[in-house]
Amino acid sequence: MKKTYRIEVDCANCANLMEEAARKVSGVADATVNFMTLKMKVEFAEGAEPGAVMAEVLRACRKVEPDCEIYYE
Amino acid sequence: MRYTMNKKQKKELARILTAAAMMIAMHFAPVSGLWRLALYLVPYGIISYDILYKAMRGIRNRQVFDENFLMSIASIGAFLLAVYDGSGDYAEAVAVMLFYKVGELFESYAVGRSRRNISELMDIRPDYANIQQEDGSLARVAPDEVSIGSVIVVQPGEKVPLDGVVLEGRSAINSVALTGESRPRNIEKGQDIVSGCINMTGLLKVRTTKVFEESTVSRILELVEEAGSRKSKSEAFIAKFARIYTPIVCYSAFGLAVLPPLVNAFALGTEAVWHVWIYRALLFLVISCPCALVISVPLSFFAGIGGASRAGILIKGSNYLETLSKVRYVVFDKTGTLTYGVFAVRAVHHNTLAEEKLLEYAALAECASSHPVSRSLQAAYGKPVDRNRVRDVQEISGHGIVASVDGIRVAVGNDKLMDRLGIGFTPCHDSGTIVHVGMDGRYAGHIVIDDEIKEQSAAAIRALKKAGIARTVLLTGDNRLTAEQTAERLGIDEVHSELLPADKVAQVEILLKKKKDEDRLAFVGDGINDAPVLTRADVGIAMGAMGSDAAIEAADVVLMDDNPEQVAKAIRIARKCMGIVYQNIVLALGIKFTCLALGAVGIASMWLAIFADVGVLVLAVLNAVRALQVQNV
Repeated sequence: MKKTYRIEVDCANCANLMEEAARKVSGVADATVNFMTLKMKVEFAEGAEPGAVMAEVLRACRKVEPDCEIYYE
Repeated sequence: MRYTMNKKQKKELARILTAAAMMIAMHFAPVSGLWRLALYLVPYGIISYDILYKAMRGIRNRQVFDENFLMSIASIGAFLLAVYDGSGDYAEAVAVMLFYKVGELFESYAVGRSRRNISELMDIRPDYANIQQEDGSLARVAPDEVSIGSVIVVQPGEKVPLDGVVLEGRSAINSVALTGESRPRNIEKGQDIVSGCINMTGLLKVRTTKVFEESTVSRILELVEEAGSRKSKSEAFIAKFARIYTPIVCYSAFGLAVLPPLVNAFALGTEAVWHVWIYRALLFLVISCPCALVISVPLSFFAGIGGASRAGILIKGSNYLETLSKVRYVVFDKTGTLTYGVFAVRAVHHNTLAEEKLLEYAALAECASSHPVSRSLQAAYGKPVDRNRVRDVQEISGHGIVASVDGIRVAVGNDKLMDRLGIGFTPCHDSGTIVHVGMDGRYAGHIVIDDEIKEQSAAAIRALKKAGIARTVLLTGDNRLTAEQTAERLGIDEVHSELLPADKVAQVEILLKKKKDEDRLAFVGDGINDAPVLTRADVGIAMGAMGSDAAIEAADVVLMDDNPEQVAKAIRIARKCMGIVYQNIVLALGIKFTCLALGAVGIASMWLAIFADVGVLVLAVLNAVRALQVQNV
């Protein structure tokens, strides 16, 4: 399953870091961040519950970029 | 439309202004010693608390080397130096942070603006659809709430919100936002209409054939937005580069701070001058921030893809844009790509009868058939067919038709039909499909039917040659004579004819082996039946995609209209964009390395260092936005 979320982040490098961080979260098969359109596209692993996974993704992203925001609700 | 700052940007601006005002005031304050340091720490705190915090967080999370860390070390170091040499010149330390913040603010503003510009350019998303109420009034609803088969009303000046068929009305529509073609097109009852076009003159009633998510507009937007997920080699290079670059700069700064003084003190026996070398090391840190590169390269690609989509060329990822710029071989499918894919009468070779008469009899005899050949005969005849003149129509499968027209026995068909009826015919030297006509047992001539070559095809091949394409190749299932004549007329270098779809893949593979390693091969098709070839080529280009889902799926580059000249344009746009990408890489790295070198030997000041960081970023962003301009490429 793939879902796209609106995100907020200031710098291109931070967006790259978010992408890396999101990919490492369990339940995420793949994640891409498009800094220009401010979108994060997440492909969930089989059977993963998007809400819970996204909470974890946000926590991981905040670790690398405290100012970032992901609108997943 | 003006771009205004968002809340966060305004807050940042306020911090910058406050700190700057305090700095100016302090410049005139007659304070010295510890009090002076304490006073300078106030604006420093205001401007840099978040950066210091992030740097600390980074260290705790083992993500040490980022720009926050660089800036924190640089400014704290500058403070310590000022304390050490007793100069009391704390302004530089605060200035590093202050200008770093100014740079950050500009970056965020410029990016916000170009983001806005680009999304404005791609402003094809319709906001609403009009649905007629029972009382005849119109209700505005969100396009994604309209179900298939609904009737919507599109008023003049409005965007067509969903794909559909025109039920009522006639108008001119402008599809410039989709295809880059600014000439309006007439549309009337019964014709398909594509979302994203603008209705210009008349009121149209449209029955929708697709839901919003599957309409052309949504697919295009999705495609452009998703383009960012397929990263090019240059982007991957920059991301990798940024990862190793910052640590390298940090270690070299450390080396610069420590090694020369040690060499001075122990090897040369001179004074160590620690403070000079530490100052130079701090310059290093300020200069080294990788932002300019990290932001400008993806921004250039985004602008290039955005600009191309305005010209009706959808590029599915920056990797394809990169490949497109290196294309030296262009392989064309014939039917539907260089030709209209519609059969038409090209020549009438008659003997005794007038040309129009021959066509008229052939068209009448074939009037009951829906075969493409009969349709092309009727189209060439161009007048309504009076079926009362036709009697006793007899279709002989694989041969043709015999019918009685105005009492004359007309036979229309191929060589076999003529043989069968015992009519002596003249074989034709022309390519294409030959239709013989016999009347009352005597030969009357033949008609040559051909798939018509698009009027832009020859110009398209010329444009490719001009763009430095090494070889153009035509692949077709047609017979050899037709294929070779087409190639000759268009100036195509190489032809392979009588190919089945699988043979086309094989031909492309042979070409892929033959070409040089750094050259890329593009295949151009109409997206129908050539999906395997589209995927096998380095870059697959499908054309005529307005409304065709298959083409959008299969190809890497999608041309919205079916003008083959767009192929050369796509290549030129890709090259321009890649040019900008390389310019930015060279510009950013060049200036940075020059400033680093100047800093190391002590020529650069803190102000030059700040330019190397912030100024380069500004230049690179402005250059990247240039990739949006594709109209005159």
